[in-house]
Parts: sequence; C-alpha cells; structure tokens
Amino acid sequence: MTTDMQDESEIFRGTTTGSTRLRDARSVRGTPKAGMPAFVLGEELADIADTDPRIVVATADLASANRTNDFRDRHPDRFVNFSIAEKNMITAAAGMASTGLIPYVATFASFAAILGAEAIRTDCAYPKMKVRVLGSHSGMSMGFYGSSHHALEDLAMLRCMADLTVVCATDANHLRAILRASVEHPRAMYIRLGRGRDPVVYDTVPEIEFGRALRLREGTDLTLITCGSQVRASLDAAEALQQQGISVRVVDMFTIDEMDREEIRAAADDTGAILTVEEHNVTGGLGSAVADVLVDLPRIRFRKHGVPDKYVEVGPPAALYAHYKLDAAGITEVAKSFLEK
Amino acid sequence: MTTAPRNVTLAVLKDRAKFIRKETVRLSRIAGAGHYSSTFSCAELLSVLYYDQMSIEPAQPDWPERDRFVMSKGHAAIGLYPVLADLGYFDPSELDTYTRLGSNYGDHPDMKKVRGLDFSSGSLGHGLSVGVGMALAARMTKRAYRTYVMLGDGELSEGQIWEAANCAGHYKLDNLVAIVDRNGLSIDGHTEDIMSVEPLDKRFEAFGWDVQRIDGHDLGAIQTAFAALATTTSGKPQLIIADTVKGRGVARMEMSLDWHVGNLVGEDYDDVMAELDAGLKPFEPEAAL
Repeated sequence: MTTDMQDESEIFRGTTTGSTRLRDARSVRGTPKAGMPAFVLGEELADIADTDPRIVVATADLASANRTNDFRDRHPDRFVNFSIAEKNMITAAAGMASTGLIPYVATFASFAAILGAEAIRTDCAYPKMKVRVLGSHSGMSMGFYGSSHHALEDLAMLRCMADLTVVCATDANHLRAILRASVEHPRAMYIRLGRGRDPVVYDTVPEIEFGRALRLREGTDLTLITCGSQVRASLDAAEALQQQGISVRVVDMFTIDEMDREEIRAAADDTGAILTVEEHNVTGGLGSAVADVLVDLPRIRFRKHGVPDKYVEVGPPAALYAHYKLDAAGITEVAKSFLEK
Repeated sequence: MTTAPRNVTLAVLKDRAKFIRKETVRLSRIAGAGHYSSTFSCAELLSVLYYDQMSIEPAQPDWPERDRFVMSKGHAAIGLYPVLADLGYFDPSELDTYTRLGSNYGDHPDMKKVRGLDFSSGSLGHGLSVGVGMALAARMTKRAYRTYVMLGDGELSEGQIWEAANCAGHYKLDNLVAIVDRNGLSIDGHTEDIMSVEPLDKRFEAFGWDVQRIDGHDLGAIQTAFAALATTTSGKPQLIIADTVKGRGVARMEMSLDWHVGNLVGEDYDDVMAELDAGLKPFEPEAAL
C-alpha cells in the first residue's frame, strides 16, 4: 500500500524515472499489456513530427507530468514551454497555427479547458485554427489534489462551442489513434485525456474516425454509452451483468462533439434502454449530449450516470470512483437499479 | 509592394491618415455607431505601417513571408478595413455593407471573412500572445518576417498581456514589435485614474524589451522609430510607445469620454467631414476638457 501511494505521488509529480516499474510509465513500448499504459503523448507526437515539420508541441510547466518531454528530447526546436501561463500558451498556439504550423498544447484539463476556455473559443475555434488542446488528468483523476485540479465541467463548457471538435481518449492506444487522425483534421480540437494510468481497452491502435463511435460489445437489453476512463469500467460492468442474465451493449462515444447520432439511434432501436456513464458532472456532459439526440427520437428508457452536481469529496482516485459508483461494481449496481424500475 | 520601407512621402502618409478618419466617420454612419476616437488615435500609426513599413503583397494575402499585423485593439478595425480595401485586398465597395446583416465587416474583425487580415480580434488582451506565436513560428520555420501588434493602453490591464510580454522577453523575440496606442483613455476615464499603466517604458524594460517612446501623430517620428527597428539585433522584443490623443483630428472628440462609441449624424456629420478635409488641427487640451 505504501509503495502504491509513493508510485502514484511520483507519477503525479512527473518524477517517474526510478524503478523499472516507473520507467515503464515513460513508454508504452515494452510495457506488458496488463501494465501501466501511461502517457504516450510526447512519444507519439515525436514519431509524427519525424516526418511532418508542421508539428509543434507546447506545455505549461508540466512537461514531465504529461510526457511532452519525450517530444522535447527529440524535437527541441519545435517545443515551447510557456511556463504557468495557459492563456498565453493557447493563444500563442493559435498565432502559430495561423502560419501553417499544427500546435499541440498540453496541460492539466482543469487549466487547459476551464481556465483556457475563452482562448480556446475566441482564438482557436472561432478563427478555425488547427490547434489541439490536450487536457490531461481530466475528471477527478487527480483525486485528493482537490477540485481546483479536477475537470468535471470541461465537456459541458467546450461542447457548445462551434467549430471545436471534442474527443476523449480512452487509453494509450486510443490516444495514439486520435493523435494520428488529428493531424489533418480541419478544425480546432480539445482532446481529453486521463491521468496516464488508464486501464487498457484497446490491445492495438484502433481504426477511428472522429464522429463515429466504437461499439465494443453487443447486447440486447441495455446500452452503456460511455467514454474515457469509464469505458473499461463499463465493459467490466457489462460482463458482470451478463453473469446475471442481462445482455449489455457498450459504446465508446469518444467524440463528444460532433456526436455519432446514428449509433445513439441504433442503441435506442436495438436495446430500448440507454445508460450514459461518464467521469464528468452529470450536467452538460456526455449524458446531456446523448439526451440532446434522444429528444428527436421516439421515447425510450434513459438515464445519466456521472458525478453529481457538487464538488467531490477528498480521496484517492480509486476511492472516489467507488464512492461515486463509477467503478465496475458501481456501474453494475446503477444499471440494475435503472432496469428494475 | 513587397519591398519595405517604401519611403512614402509624409504628405501621402498624412493624406492616408485623413482617409482613415473619414472612412471611419462614413462607416460609423452606416452602422449607426462606431469606435471613432480609438481609431483616430492610431490613424498615423496605421498609415505608416501599411503604406510604408510592412512587407505585404495584397495580390497574395497568404504570402508566407509577409509581415504580420495583429490589431489587438480590435475595436479599431473600422480604420483598418478601408486601408486593406485601399491597398487592393478587396473591392472598396464591399465596405458599404459594414455591419449590415451578413457583411464580412463587423465592429470587431474576423480573419475568416476579411481578406488581408492576419488574425481575428475583439477580446482585449489576446493580441500580444498571437504575436508571440507568430514570432515563434517565424523562428521555427526560419522566416524573416516581422510581427507587429497594435495594443491599446486600456487593454494593458489584461493579465494575459503580461504573460505574453514575459514570454517574448524570455524567448528574445526581436522579430516581434508591439505598438501601444497610448491615447490615455479607456471607456470609463483616464487610464491613470481607472488603472495605471505607467511607468510603461520601465514595465516593459523589466520584462526584457527594448522601448522607444514617440509622438504617435508625428509621421516623421513614426517612420524614424520603425527605421530604428530595422537595424535591431538586440535579441529583445521591440516596443514603441506612441503617445497619442484619443479622438485626434476632430476637436469635439479629442480626449472626450463621449466618443469612444458614438454616432455622428446630420449637420454634425457634415461638420466633422469638413473639419477632417481641412486637415488636422492643433490639439488644445484645455478646449477639449
């Protein structure tokens, strides 16, 4: 237990250079499938930049925490550390994009999205700049660091902005797919990341298309529509429900805006019941976005499951997920309760 | 047009400054409201930048080597649109649609709609960061263009300005030029009453900038200041503090709090147009206050 806490703290601080286990956190390469996926952000972008001179990476004094230092080490002339000045970073990225560069700017989601919201709208989305804002440690994954460091409102704030594509990375391989697909994407993007220890969902880099959901499990009684950190937990919950005779479809709705309306329609038609599961305030996030689609469809059974509209308790991330029923057991319980009513 | 400076005569630059003011008055009447005085204070600066100093190619607005201009005080766009039309970026008759439904030309400028505009603006405090990004990009792509950012003095209260000023100093962006239109007034009053910006030179110098301070209505002084930039190899970002008069050129507007946004109609409109045609009158602060 003590060891785990130390590891976690070191990862939070970004000083993950010591033991073998921690060294694994620097790269997905060579990491066992069941191991720690960690961030592949800097490494993947450095690979892309090897053949694409337009790629620029920037961070706000978090190069270690979000592994953009892996990019810095390989392309130092295309890396900028803006220090703790997120608005300047995002707006300057827009200035760079206006010259034809494609900047990826990364910091904690709480600062990237919530502090940086106006710069994202006014300087990136509105003038259609190809800026990719990456918000890591999203949701309540920073646990006991507290609500200042949580981003449980970012999807709600950003999905209503025009000309901004909002996507959630599910795990390391999924993040790789998103980054590769993002290069030629014509609009500004917000890419929401976990804290780098996201449980594995994709054994290989999946084929993706923004705006098209990934259906990960078939089912007939209920569809769980989810994203990000909750995909693995939802799959595990679906398995548990299957043991109890309930057949559950699971959809990774990783594009929040523009959302895959056809997949929602299919879920409604095929299963007649949808439960959304998100590590986000239940107001305005994934569930609300799905509801915005459902209002145009014949009525079905629907419920949103996420973090209540309150600032969350202090606690380690795993304890918080259990407390708010956002682990597999909690989702299983919520789903059963939903179907029984 | 690609060679700059073009050594345009002061008489021509003076005439173009007058043109900027007259077009501002004309377009404001179409809109029924306009930012007169903030535009008048930077008319000479715009004239020298666009007609003399900047390397631009109106036939090729996306020319990668062009100098960049960011109108951070976006509410002065009404003075920039006529310049862009005048230089051939678009047909001047388009200006007649100014602010009308579906027009490309609103009070604050949209780069996706205005040919020749290097960046959108309107929310104050952003432009210097945009310029930092453009200047960093020039360094990364080994391009020689210079980035000019026009700042208002009121907007210097925005914290992001100082994030950008600090960043430009840290990264030694000597290809970045900021110009402060130091007209002394923000909407609610004198800047030194509302929120002081002085000592402006020392503040920027402390962030690692080279600073020149000039009379922002003296066309020769403006040219001289820009000429001094051309030989700069200081490794420092460049600031020109242009001391100006808000509302310069129309007596009733000079240093008046009533004409930040206003609407000239009827005889007042005709009187002001005649006054502008007569040329700039000496500034008399006692009369204005």
